[in-house]
Amino acid sequence: MKSGVLTELAVRNLRVAAMRNSLTTLGIAVGVASLVAMLSLGVGLQQLANRRLARSGLFDTVFVTSRANFPGFGRRSSRSSLSSSSNTSSSASQPSNSSSDFENSTKDREPRRLDDAARRELEHLPHVVEVFPQIRFVTEVRYNGNPLTAMVAAIPDSARGSGSFDNIQGSFFSSPTADEAILQMEFAKDLSDQPSSLLGKDLVLRYAERRVIGMATGAQDAEGQGASGAGKVSHSSSGGGPGKTLAAADPAPENQGISIVPRDKTLRIVGIVDTEPAAGFGGLGSGRVLIPLKLGEALRAAQGNDLRDILRGSGTRPGYANLTVRAESPSQVQALESAIKKMGFAAFSLLDASEGLRTVFKIFDLLLGIFGSLALAVAMLGIVNTLVMAILERRREIGILKALGAADRDVKQLFFLEAGVMGLLGGTLGVGLGWLIGRAVTAGTNLYLRRQELPPTDVFAVTWWLLLGAIIFSIAVSLGAGLYPASRAAKLNPVEALRYE
Amino acid sequence: MMPTNGGAALRTERVTRQYQMGAALIRAVDEVSLEVGAAEFLALLGSSGSGKSTLLNLMAGLDRPTSGAILAHDRNLAEMNALELARYRSRTVGMVFQAFNLLPRMTLEENVELPLRLAEVERSERGGRVREALERVHLEKRLSHRPSELSGGEQQRAALARALVNRPTILLADEPTGNLDSTTGLEIMNLLQEINRSLGMTIVLVTHERPLAERFAHRIAELADGKLVSSGSKGVSGGQA
Repeated sequence: MKSGVLTELAVRNLRVAAMRNSLTTLGIAVGVASLVAMLSLGVGLQQLANRRLARSGLFDTVFVTSRANFPGFGRRSSRSSLSSSSNTSSSASQPSNSSSDFENSTKDREPRRLDDAARRELEHLPHVVEVFPQIRFVTEVRYNGNPLTAMVAAIPDSARGSGSFDNIQGSFFSSPTADEAILQMEFAKDLSDQPSSLLGKDLVLRYAERRVIGMATGAQDAEGQGASGAGKVSHSSSGGGPGKTLAAADPAPENQGISIVPRDKTLRIVGIVDTEPAAGFGGLGSGRVLIPLKLGEALRAAQGNDLRDILRGSGTRPGYANLTVRAESPSQVQALESAIKKMGFAAFSLLDASEGLRTVFKIFDLLLGIFGSLALAVAMLGIVNTLVMAILERRREIGILKALGAADRDVKQLFFLEAGVMGLLGGTLGVGLGWLIGRAVTAGTNLYLRRQELPPTDVFAVTWWLLLGAIIFSIAVSLGAGLYPASRAAKLNPVEALRYE
Repeated sequence: MMPTNGGAALRTERVTRQYQMGAALIRAVDEVSLEVGAAEFLALLGSSGSGKSTLLNLMAGLDRPTSGAILAHDRNLAEMNALELARYRSRTVGMVFQAFNLLPRMTLEENVELPLRLAEVERSERGGRVREALERVHLEKRLSHRPSELSGGEQQRAALARALVNRPTILLADEPTGNLDSTTGLEIMNLLQEINRSLGMTIVLVTHERPLAERFAHRIAELADGKLVSSGSKGVSGGQA
């Protein structure tokens, strides 16, 4: 029999026993809906996590530091500690190779300095979006004449999209060099009982500016752009007020050093954030006062590593304690990390943690899919039941069809097609139902989040492949369920079927 | 319609059909050899349980003989596979049943069209052939009616139209008047006779009503306990109601 004729007959038969077939189709729809809802939830949560992680900058950044910063660098006897450090640094890839590379590259020569030249080189690596230093320093903050101690962190302009500032009161920095500050909420509460009233007000940072003594002005300016340029600290330290040199130095290289100059900087408070922003590995979590990165660099504030560099005797030239390199996407981090290591620097990333997370989500999806399929399995039994009942009910009809010239194959295909049509209708309806469930759960979740004063989010992701897959799966399951009834109908003896009342 | 050559349209050769009923072996048809000529109107006469309907089902290809041969236009049905038998039922024979066996969910037009669909006749051709068949049984104005909206006689006429629509060469009728009153039954018998005469169609009628058989059939074959007891009596005596 032609497929068009078969389809017409199948649809007609389904229409005739409308109530029972509708209930069976609804059963399939509920099964498909639960499957779609479960998988959408799994995919949605995974996408949400990926989105959040990607925006956090944790998985698209490589943290770069000079190998000189590792304890025991350059000492032949300290093999174990070097290996250990290197393994930590290359958590994402080739721990053993990088360990040996590290040893080979550091045994007999000076470690490469992380200076402006290195920064420019890093900026020119493929798939690099930006390279920026970490600037954090503890300082005194004055507001209304009251002094408080706080950690100041400089953040790049790209942090604006990290998600940490989604719920900001006020606004992000108007420009990368603006004399503006964003306060962490807890710190804002320390300043005022009504944090929102701080917006638009000024505060004063009293910080220690670092100046290299004994260098030409141009060199000092260059150092100023770098974060941790250093020289030897002069032993002739003396107390001093603002603008007064704390350490004196001889212009000769061996007598170069830095001076610490107290400075005041007035900043306008433009925003207050609830959560502690994180921007890259070793990020800005502890910053209570956030300032634009370029402003932070221009301040030339003395940082914790300055003294270490000077004491180590490697601080005569301007350089960075570390740099954060941000890639275009997490997929490029591994290659980028390897390239940076080949340049002679230590590099870290959290890619391994990301991979682990993906595995967890795959298992999560699988479990959700299994639970969703259980409902579909019940629906499948419904199809078998409906079609077996239909055989009993339509026994005489099958006999008539055979008497009129229908082959066993035609009867089989007819029942098979009826199951398929129920699967198609049920699948389509189920997909719609699943989408509605997703919307309802998302709306409920967002209502709850709003009550908790958290930003709304989309926990369901209904993708086209999921919709199409669910319909195809529904048809396949329905056809599977129709196999037995169809085969039984085809085998009916027409003479006995015609006698059936 | 398949052309006839004046020879046998149907021939059974020592056909036996037996069933296992518990421990007993029932011979519903017992070595029946019978020939039905082309354009012949044969009545299979017998009491209930004589095996006449079983023999008709064997001739229709709905059942297979335990032994023996059934030849339709010289092709042995016993040697056909299931698909060939289905094709034979679709194109060579038409069947009419005592219980009409129209599909209640379909209109008259759809019921009559069904064999054409099964025979994969083109849609464009189907409408004309359905109307032609219904005109022959005078039901051309009841196209959209469902069987439940028709009288018993009309339903049997519709069943007859359905049996004729594929233009078979052999018409097998199993007690077609069994569910009808005598007047309506006569109407149906007249229609069968008219079809036999005008179309030259071979008709095998199963009945237990001797008067009807004697009045309309060219020849009567009588069965008793599965055996053929006579197969050559009587010519047509008239046939008008």
